[in-house]
Amino acid sequence: MLSDITIGQFFPGKSIIHRLDPRVKLSLLLAFIIFIFATFNYFSLLLMVFSVFAIVLMTKIPVKLYFKSLKSIIVIVIFTSIINLFYGKGEPIWQWGIIKLTVGGINNAVFVLLRIVSLILVSTVLTYTTSPTQLTDAMENLMSPLKVFKFPVHEVAMMMTIALRFIPTLLDETEKIINAQKARGASMDTGSIIQRIKAFLPVLVPLLVSSFRRAYELATAMECRCYHGGEGRTRMKSFHLSKLDYISLSICAILFAGVILSNIFLPAPIK
Amino acid sequence: MSLLEIKNLTYIYGIDTPFEKKALDDVTLSIEQGEFIGVIGHTGSGKSTLMQMLNGLLKPTSGSVYLNGIDINADKKNIRDIRFKVGLVFQYPEHQLFDETVRKDIAFGPRNMGLDETEIGKRVESAAQFSGLRPDLLEKSPFELSGGEKRRAAIAGVISMEPDVVIFDEPTAGLDPKGRNLLLNQIYNYHKEKNKTVILVSHSMEDIAMYAQKVLVMNNGRAELFSDTKSVFSQVEKLESIGLRVPQVTAIMNELRKKGYDVPYGVLTLDQAHDVLKKLITK
Amino acid sequence: MNNNFIEVKNISFSYREYDGETTSSETSVIKDLSFNVKKGEFLALLGHNGSGKSTLAKMFNGMLSPDSGTITVDGISSADEEHIYDIRSKVGLVLQNPDNQIVASIVEEDVAFGPENLGISPAEIRQRVDEALKAVDMYAYKDFAPHKLSGGQKQRIAIAGIIAMKPDCIVLDEPTAMLDPKGRAEVMQTIKKLNKENNITIILITHYMDEAAQADRVIVMDNGEMLLDAPPRDVFSEVSLLKEHGLDVPQSAEIIHMLKDCGVNEEKLPLNVEECLDLLTKLINK
Repeated sequence: MLSDITIGQFFPGKSIIHRLDPRVKLSLLLAFIIFIFATFNYFSLLLMVFSVFAIVLMTKIPVKLYFKSLKSIIVIVIFTSIINLFYGKGEPIWQWGIIKLTVGGINNAVFVLLRIVSLILVSTVLTYTTSPTQLTDAMENLMSPLKVFKFPVHEVAMMMTIALRFIPTLLDETEKIINAQKARGASMDTGSIIQRIKAFLPVLVPLLVSSFRRAYELATAMECRCYHGGEGRTRMKSFHLSKLDYISLSICAILFAGVILSNIFLPAPIK
Repeated sequence: MSLLEIKNLTYIYGIDTPFEKKALDDVTLSIEQGEFIGVIGHTGSGKSTLMQMLNGLLKPTSGSVYLNGIDINADKKNIRDIRFKVGLVFQYPEHQLFDETVRKDIAFGPRNMGLDETEIGKRVESAAQFSGLRPDLLEKSPFELSGGEKRRAAIAGVISMEPDVVIFDEPTAGLDPKGRNLLLNQIYNYHKEKNKTVILVSHSMEDIAMYAQKVLVMNNGRAELFSDTKSVFSQVEKLESIGLRVPQVTAIMNELRKKGYDVPYGVLTLDQAHDVLKKLITK
Repeated sequence: MNNNFIEVKNISFSYREYDGETTSSETSVIKDLSFNVKKGEFLALLGHNGSGKSTLAKMFNGMLSPDSGTITVDGISSADEEHIYDIRSKVGLVLQNPDNQIVASIVEEDVAFGPENLGISPAEIRQRVDEALKAVDMYAYKDFAPHKLSGGQKQRIAIAGIIAMKPDCIVLDEPTAMLDPKGRAEVMQTIKKLNKENNITIILITHYMDEAAQADRVIVMDNGEMLLDAPPRDVFSEVSLLKEHGLDVPQSAEIIHMLKDCGVNEEKLPLNVEECLDLLTKLINK
């Protein structure tokens, strides 16, 4: 079924990574992304790559599922990497016509490949180990200083929560409507672009109508449950940093310091 | 030759994923022209999967479906023609309405068939009549109709293709008793007058007992029972072991029969029970 | 002492439809309706589609206000804007489509939604959520995603979301209309348990007669008016009246009613197979 697609899906669990405060996870993800791209030599790169792999293993989610999230994008990554391979500057170590291979090019290719794979893996760790609700709560919490500038933090977070909740429902519904129209002889995968867009109207219109109906009913249900905006609202899962969070933050701080130091003191093959 | 022949049909959802599930397991049966078949079974018993395979919306993992002796999945290009011959009314069909007017919406199927305008017009009128839709509603927007009217319009949208077989997947879900009885009568009349094969999927044993000639019982992806209505509903133990029941009146009459009273087997409707009891009481 | 939890007095309601600017048509959905609901009662409101019962459902917790007349909940008028959240936490409303009333992507987080809105402390919310999930027998599913659950399970989550607000009364607007028989049975069992064990007042709006038959008291609505107000057995003995108004009766009652033509004149009709069987053996052996 359409709703079974795994990208961006949450796998409940009890691992160390699952138990981390989502705010810590979200902040660390941003830091990881920055530091993955701030690796300018093999030592710092491998430091980051091994850390990412260690984290992946620590989630106790089958590695097979991570490959699945990579599968959809790996072709592009390898392609980019190969392009980089031939765009290095400097002395060619091998040449065939205009195609030349340089040390710089090999370095570029390896860095691009490992950086992007690490980036995808570490982002996947976040979405696999953090429930969408936790994630939006964390964002709401981290962004709450923006309230000073009249930014509707709670409303945005609530919208995201609802969107996440209804994505699988609407995917199932889309599938159902497509089947119902196919049963009336609609053909959606033949003809010119314009014909195909036209053929999609019988799916889009009912989908819109049903989304409005759902929105209306959901609003009623939320009102019945005393929803009245973010004011005076408490949360069941309030955030408080535990020892585990402090330890993780410290370890990562040391890791990032290692990256910075190696960038300063070791030669950089990548600019 | 049977109208529909299902041979060793198996269907597995999500092969090679953690969600892999055998939805249909080696189902073999045949359906004749002009029959009224009732289908019962729990959610997840495979009945909806089976229905979607009869018009080629799902391709079998193994096994085949033959319509008039032709394998419906043999030629991909013919699949639309199959769908015009085997009409499928989904649950809550009113959720598929989309066009500006009810008339245009009902005409969607016939138009896809490539019929000419006069024929389309004729079919829309006749389909609207069979599904009990008032003619003045045809020019309205489908979204202005009441819940029951929307359902009728959606059903007309399938009937207008004049398929040889019409499958109704829980056509009465969410309707009140009055609406339910009206709609079922309409379906029955359509079957009678046009001599079309009807397959009715329902959770209501009373409705199945009232209308169906034969009943298919689905359980865990298998065709557990497929026989005439009387004999299916007399297998009380078997049905109960699957977690299904018989109509209340059938249960009462079965118990009376067990107690040694002169009650024939397979009393399915209130009228039949009334006749039997009348004789017993006035004797 | 007055032990009426809800008092409905002479309420009327009509929907107005505006076509363009001036012309408006009015459809009267509730006409001068009055009744009381006792604390701890299990009341079924039976009626066909369009009988005004869903409109009524939204009035118990102040989602809609009557055009005239009053509804009082535990001494507070439902039109009292100042106490609207008191009323909504006292009278929870469960709607028909379970998909459209679940807000969060994790079961327990959804159940927490109501108490969170009430501003309750996190520790107490945790406790209430666990209790509510246990009360509907869904505790084992607290970490599940709602879309992976069956219809009956989703509806029980919706009920848990209401229970977590500790209501005195739950109004259920056709909670089983979209469910299969298994789901319906689960939900009915949950409702009865909440009524018996947690002493929650239940108002069940339905068009399934077998569900109404399980209540203490049945009010039959037709065209916004009250047709009958009696215990289920008395209500279902009015076979002709119910049929006239497009409603069903259990087959066990109907068959005895049909036997009138051979001199069977029972005042109270049987509601299930066993009762019917006893009566029939008596009648035959007479």
